[in-house]
Amino acid sequence: MNDAGIALQPESIWKSEGTHQVPFAAYTDAEIYQQELRKLFYANHWCYLGLEVEIPNVGDFRRTVVGERSVIMVRNKDGGVSAFENVCAHRGAQFCRERGGNAKGFHCPYHHWNYDLEGNLRGLPFRQGIRQEEQLHGGMPEDFSLKDNGLTKLRVATRGGVVFGSFDHDIESFEDFLGPTVLSYFDRIFNGRKLTLLGYNRQRIPGNWKLMQENIKDPYHPGLLHTWFVNFGLWRADNKTRLLMDAHKRHAVMVGVRSVAKPTADVTKGVASYKESMQLHDMRQLDIVPEPWWNGPTVTMLTLFPSLIIQQQVNSLSTRHIQPRGAGVFDFVWTHFGFEDDTAEMTERRLIQANLFGPSGYVSADDGEVIEFSQMGFDEKPWHRAVIEMGGRDTNEAETVASETLIRGMYAYWRKVMGI
Amino acid sequence: MANITPSDFLDLAALYAEYAAAVDAGDWERWVDLFADDCRYIVQPRENHERNLPLATLRLISKGMLKDRAYGIRETLFHDPYYQRHVVGIPRVLSIDASGTITAETNYTVFRTKLGELSTVFNVGRYLDTVVRTPDGLRFASRHCIYDSEMIPNAIIHPI
Repeated sequence: MNDAGIALQPESIWKSEGTHQVPFAAYTDAEIYQQELRKLFYANHWCYLGLEVEIPNVGDFRRTVVGERSVIMVRNKDGGVSAFENVCAHRGAQFCRERGGNAKGFHCPYHHWNYDLEGNLRGLPFRQGIRQEEQLHGGMPEDFSLKDNGLTKLRVATRGGVVFGSFDHDIESFEDFLGPTVLSYFDRIFNGRKLTLLGYNRQRIPGNWKLMQENIKDPYHPGLLHTWFVNFGLWRADNKTRLLMDAHKRHAVMVGVRSVAKPTADVTKGVASYKESMQLHDMRQLDIVPEPWWNGPTVTMLTLFPSLIIQQQVNSLSTRHIQPRGAGVFDFVWTHFGFEDDTAEMTERRLIQANLFGPSGYVSADDGEVIEFSQMGFDEKPWHRAVIEMGGRDTNEAETVASETLIRGMYAYWRKVMGI
Repeated sequence: MANITPSDFLDLAALYAEYAAAVDAGDWERWVDLFADDCRYIVQPRENHERNLPLATLRLISKGMLKDRAYGIRETLFHDPYYQRHVVGIPRVLSIDASGTITAETNYTVFRTKLGELSTVFNVGRYLDTVVRTPDGLRFASRHCIYDSEMIPNAIIHPI
């Protein structure tokens, strides 16, 4: 077979019906990536901004991003959350360079245009001009309106302590955006309890942002790539598994119940990562204590398209924010949290189990690595395609780890929205 | 700088040099050996440390956990092979008590070299250490790596 390469146009990259084969160009093409920012991150989708516990008091703010655009989320005077773009209405300066803090308002260092906690323009120097020899000189035109020159505001939705924003003010409600199935798993974690902030991890992964969504829509790999998951039954072929989606198939939940028994030969056959003789020296890393709110599942991995992953894996909880930075690279920001009524022992347990996750984690560090390897392959031959046929070619919900249906579902939605 | 004898200072500097040599050589057993029996090894972003947020990138709070990490690097964590090279500063001694326990800090830079690639700055920060005297010589009771680097270039597999 001749495989010397062909030139591609974005609208014609997808050669086959359905989504069981994904063209490599979907991960590499600069024009497609720009369209994704416009159609997925900047319109019609709720994107993750942060947690309310990060900004508890009036004036508390934190810098975040939607797609590639810098956004500030603020606890406003009414006690609610406002969000606006970090681009001065005057000359476009990204005026806030701090990570966060507390402010009475914001002002741009360039010409001192100043804004309130909702992003409204409050004033600017020399608006009426400068008085020289009894006369006013210069200044803004008389019809200049403060009201019309505020910062670009986002519509904000909060639920259970999590903050989402959208540049698209006509977007459906956050609840409709998630749909009842995904919302029920969201509410299971964020059921109104106050959260506690445990801290952050940040990594830059040289891969297309969709690969991280795929990674958490892929129940096929964890029991193969991640020894800890296989050995300790946290995610394994003999787990009770459910793969659920919203009606658009853009969001998903992988639900699992840990297997406590030693795996049977059937489960570990051909699984090189299973280490029969492996013994931990310190079992505190797997000191799993069931919590009443689990109500069955020991793991729920939510993928909220396009920007967020929510993890509950036994006692470890995190949000993982996908921040694209070009077709071939994204930043991945982990925010670990607990609940206000956690005992000191439970907090310590969550912190120790965090060793499994993040940029050094026993079951996460290698996800970033394999994503990088995939991107290397894509970059070399963008005319080629990936095969996503485990569990069939359809996009139906499933109850097995041997299925890539959630990825096919995501691309069915992606093709529709992108017109590709 | 706390009042430390030249001999203790040399021992401390030698421990730092031994540590860098062990982690650059990929000698994870030696890495574990350089810790006291009761020990902690924590790798943490500077933001978490300065804001008293407890989350760490790696939080190993016993020698057993260090051994598990050594096993993990060798047997369970799939990753792109790389060399690392530490450049470690001169110890700044913060205190030394009657039993000889030293607290000290020093700056470090870690360069990473992947096969066929240029060397890059991988992680930059400071070590904040508690060092105790044992029959085997000075050992780390605690090594806390507080890194400035805002982004981890994909993953940290080997100990810093």
